[in-house]
Amino acid sequence: MTNLRLKKEMEELVAKASFCLRADLYLLLKKALAKETKPNARKALRCILENARIANKENLAICQDTGLPVLFIEAGKDVKLSSQFIKILQEGVMSGYKKHSLRASMVDPILRKAPSYKGVISHVEFLEQAKGIKITLFPKGFGSENKSQLKMFNPTASVEEIEGFIVESVKNAGPEGCPPFVVGVGIGGTADKALLLAKKSLIDRVDKSNPDRNLKKLEQSLFKKINNLRIGPMGFGGKTTVLAVKVKTAPTHIAGLPVGVNISCHALRSAAITFK
Amino acid sequence: MKKIKTPIAKKDIFNLRVGDEVLLSGTIYTARDQVHKKLVEAIKKGKKVPLAIKDQIIYYCGPSATPKGKVIGSCGPTTSSRMDELTEPLLKKGLLAMIGKGRRSKKVKNLIKKYKAIYFLAPSGCGALLAEKVMFKKLVGFKELGSEAIYRLEVKDFPLIVGIDSKGRSIY
Repeated sequence: MTNLRLKKEMEELVAKASFCLRADLYLLLKKALAKETKPNARKALRCILENARIANKENLAICQDTGLPVLFIEAGKDVKLSSQFIKILQEGVMSGYKKHSLRASMVDPILRKAPSYKGVISHVEFLEQAKGIKITLFPKGFGSENKSQLKMFNPTASVEEIEGFIVESVKNAGPEGCPPFVVGVGIGGTADKALLLAKKSLIDRVDKSNPDRNLKKLEQSLFKKINNLRIGPMGFGGKTTVLAVKVKTAPTHIAGLPVGVNISCHALRSAAITFK
Repeated sequence: MKKIKTPIAKKDIFNLRVGDEVLLSGTIYTARDQVHKKLVEAIKKGKKVPLAIKDQIIYYCGPSATPKGKVIGSCGPTTSSRMDELTEPLLKKGLLAMIGKGRRSKKVKNLIKKYKAIYFLAPSGCGALLAEKVMFKKLVGFKELGSEAIYRLEVKDFPLIVGIDSKGRSIY
């Protein structure tokens, strides 16, 4: 593929992620609406679905916070990656933001002046069992990103303690994190790895349960406990505080147990492209 | 559903109760983090500010860029609590109403009661829907802040809910 074509593909990925609500998320929102009985909660969910319809039809961003663009690049064993390739992906994202009139939200963290599109974050991972390359764009809005949490537990901590921390993190996120949420959880690794796993879990399909039996159980338990918080859609109360909980794990050190929580608002946006 | 138009009289503010649904038409101004910081610094130093604050409505919002042929890009509310510590000087100058999303501090709740102001919630994460309610957009000040600058918006039937009323009662 030529560099120009690759850049164009990235620009289209930006449009897809920003204008089109993910089909799996749409499904869960519809399901939530069918279950809600509280008028304000129903109204909020209808508003979210109507917003998605308008965004799609009018090529308008689902949310004005078009996020900090995060790229997950997963390369199979048959792929050779160059820094030039990553650079083109990032340039494609930046020009996509500009082309599609998305918000320039990035600033120098100290100077905080002249917002631009510069600052795409890329995570590259080589997968031994895969072939080809998968590129996922995850524009992360900061209303919910600001609610991220990390806790370094003792290795003797119980599952109940871990669950308690995750539920408390969502409680703190509250109405301003734009519920109903999708909650990403990373357990294990190092501090940074736990948070990265939490973020990465959000790009997986949210309407499918975890293939690992133990993690599925944990996700279901958290789903129930978080919805019992009754924060509800847009914070107006109701049954739907969380649409899905996703957990990923990694081996960790005998002395520790990092737990990272990365929350997404109801406007969970991502889009992926695969090259063979 | 109550329809209200700007300029809003104080007595109309008193008639609104927490939880009331409102369709707002008229003029509002966007202002968020950095603008608040700059406004508060200017007020402290007694300098002129590019916005007449008295009796106005501030919308915590940084819109997306404007696509070709549109009035405005996606333009939903941002988290109000980040402005909590920068709110009193504006209320002191006569700010009438704020529009945003989420909870406010106890201090702001008390200030809203003290200054007989009001806090509205706009539907969060619904910036495309809200963009259709904006009829006009004009840059007013702090151009260098990009989407964070002050914009005057003329809105029609902008859907809001009273989050904190003038008696300090909160929806959450």
